Amino acid sequence: MDYRCVKTTCPYCGCGCQMLLEVLDGKLVDTMPSKEKNMNQGKLCIKGQTAHEFVHSPDRLTHPLIRKNGKLETATWEEAFELITSRFSHIKNTYGGNSIGFFSSARSTNEENYLCQKLCRTAFQTNNIDHCARL
Amino acid sequence: MTNSIAEIEDADCLLVVGSNTTEAHPLIAYRMFRAKEKGAILIVVDPRKIQLTAFADIHIQLNYGTDIAFINGVMNEIISNNWHNEEFISTRTEDFEILKETVKPYTLERVSDITGVPVESIKETARLYATSKNSSICYTLGITEHSFGVDNVKTLANLAMLTGQIGKVSSGVNPLRGQNNVQGACDMGALPNVYPGYQSVTDLYVQKKFQDAWGVELSPQLGKMIPDMMDGLIDGSLKGLYIFGENSVEGDPNTAHVRRALESAQFLVVHDIFLTATAEMADVVLPGACWAEVDGTFSNTERRVQRVRKAVEPPGDALPNWKIFSEIGTRLGIAMKYDSAEEIFNEMSALTPSFGGLTYDRIDVEGIQWPCPSKEHPGTRFLHQGAFTRGKGKFHAIDHQKSKDEADKEFPFTLTTGRRYAHYNTSTMTGRCKTLVNEFPEPIAQINTVDAGQMGLKDGDQVRVISRRGEVITPIRVGNVVPPGSLFMDFHFASANSNVLLGTFLDPVSKTPDYKVCAVKLEKCAD
Repeated sequence: MDYRCVKTTCPYCGCGCQMLLEVLDGKLVDTMPSKEKNMNQGKLCIKGQTAHEFVHSPDRLTHPLIRKNGKLETATWEEAFELITSRFSHIKNTYGGNSIGFFSSARSTNEENYLCQKLCRTAFQTNNIDHCARL
Repeated sequence: MTNSIAEIEDADCLLVVGSNTTEAHPLIAYRMFRAKEKGAILIVVDPRKIQLTAFADIHIQLNYGTDIAFINGVMNEIISNNWHNEEFISTRTEDFEILKETVKPYTLERVSDITGVPVESIKETARLYATSKNSSICYTLGITEHSFGVDNVKTLANLAMLTGQIGKVSSGVNPLRGQNNVQGACDMGALPNVYPGYQSVTDLYVQKKFQDAWGVELSPQLGKMIPDMMDGLIDGSLKGLYIFGENSVEGDPNTAHVRRALESAQFLVVHDIFLTATAEMADVVLPGACWAEVDGTFSNTERRVQRVRKAVEPPGDALPNWKIFSEIGTRLGIAMKYDSAEEIFNEMSALTPSFGGLTYDRIDVEGIQWPCPSKEHPGTRFLHQGAFTRGKGKFHAIDHQKSKDEADKEFPFTLTTGRRYAHYNTSTMTGRCKTLVNEFPEPIAQINTVDAGQMGLKDGDQVRVISRRGEVITPIRVGNVVPPGSLFMDFHFASANSNVLLGTFLDPVSKTPDYKVCAVKLEKCAD
C-alpha cells in the first residue's frame, strides 16, 4: 500500500486555500485542509473538502478526439497535433495571424497560461489572446 | 486585492459591495466574521438579503444597478460634513474639484429616490466609512458585471481616495476574485493588451525584450477581447479558435449568440478535461490534465503565488497542458521545449519584473505576494503605500447610469444571477462530485413571497422564465432573499442555465457583460 499526502492549492475560487490531497495507490481518496500558517488556517469549504471527487470521474477525456463525418472520434496525439498545426498554419498563411484567436484558462496554472499566450503570440504573431476574467 | 486576506480581520469598518462572500469566498467570509468579533463595523451593500446581511450592522438593500448613485451620495455626505481626508487628497490625488462638483447633485433625498435606500442609512454609511480608522472595501462581480462595471469600480476608488482609506494596512479597495487563477491568467499576459506582468504590447521597448527572449517577431497591435473574437467568428474576420479550459457555451451570456459564433469557426480546437458543451462543438478535442495531475503555481486574489503539486497521473493518454502547448509550438518552429513546469516559471519570471524575485524554492511553504522584484524582496502585503502606480490618484467624474435591460411592462421582473455555495460555474467539476450533487441537486430560482403570492406560486413549483433572448424552465424557492419584482438564478445547471436568458450588454471599456440586470417575465407551468 502506498499512501501519501500532497500539499497543493484549491482549484475553485480565488481564496487560494492550501489543502492536502490524500493519495492511496495512485488514486485520490480524500482532501484535508492544510493546518500550516496560511490563509485558510486549517479550514476548507464544502467544495474544497470534496475537490478530489471529480478527478477520477469516468467522464474524463482520455484520448484526443477528431471530428470525422460530423462525429467526434478517438484519435492519436500524432493525428491531433498534425491536424492542428496544418489547419492553423493554413489559416495563418491564407488570412493572416490576426484571423486566429486563443482563449486561455483562469482555471489552469501560471505556467500553462504563460505558454498559451507565448504560443499565440509567437506562432501566429497575434495578440488575440484572452480569458474569462471579463466574463 | 490592494490588501491581504488576513488584513480583513483587523479592519475597523468593512464595506462589502456586490459580494455574496459566504457562498462565493467562504474562507474570506470567515475573516469578515473574525473582524466582527474584534469589533469592526460591517456594512453590506446588496439588493439581496444574502447570508452576510444577517451579521451586518447596516444592510444597504439598494435597487439593482444603483451602486454609483449610492456611493456618490455617500461621498457628497462625507464632503458636506468635512469628513474627507484633505491631506491625502492634496498630496496623493488630482481632480478633487471635479469629483466635488460631480457628487454635489447627489443629495440624500435624490439618492434615496434612485436607490431605494433610507436617508439615514446613507448618512450612517458615510460617517462610519469615513471616520473609522481603517476602512476597507471588498467587492466582487456585483460591481463589475454591469454594463458600467468599470465606472462602478472607479466610483469605489473615488470613495477610498476621498477618505484616504487606501495604501495602508487593512484599508484599501479589494476585488475578491472568483476563480482559482484568474489573477494569474491576467498576471501571465493571457490578455490582448499586455505581456506577462502587465507589460504593454504597444510599448516598443517591451516588444523588443520579448522578441529577443522568444526569438521571433511579435505584433505591436492590440488583440481582440473574447466578445470581439466571438463577433469576429460571425463576421468572418476570425477563422480559427483555440479554447483552453473554458466552457464558453454554458458560461457566457446569450447562449444562442455564442453557439452561432462557434458554429461559424472554420476550425475550432477545445482543450479541456471533460467533453463540455463547448468541446462537443469542436473539430479537435484535446484531453488535458487537471490541477491534481500537474506541477505549477496559482496566484490567488491577494496576489500570492502558491504551488500546485502533482498528486496523481492524468487518465489515459491525457497530457499535462504545458506539454501540449510545448509540442504544438515546437512543431510550428518556436523554441518551446521544456523539461518541467519550473523551467517555464523561471523563463517567465526572468521576463516579468513583478515576479522577478520568485522561485519554486522561495514560494514552497507559504507562497509570496507580488510585486516581488528581487531575490531579497519579501513580497508585498498591500499596494499603493506612499504613491499610486500612476503617481497621483485620479478622481473620475462618474454619474448614475441606467442598466441596458431594465424591467418594463412586458418583462416586469429583474433577473440577477450568480453562484451557489456548493457549485462552481457550469459545474463541469462540481456536478461530478457526489457530495455536492447530493447537497445541491437541482437549479433553483429565488422569488419573493409577495410575488409568489400574487402569482399563486409555492416552493418547488416550475416556472417558465422568459427574456428577450430565450426561455428556461426552473423550480422556484419562495422567500425574502430577493426583493419583490426580482428573481435570482445560478448558471450551474444545463437544464436551467440563466445564460440562455441574458443579453450581451457589455461595458464599453472592459467588455464585461451585464450578468446582474436582465428583464424577464414569469409564467407558471401547468401542473
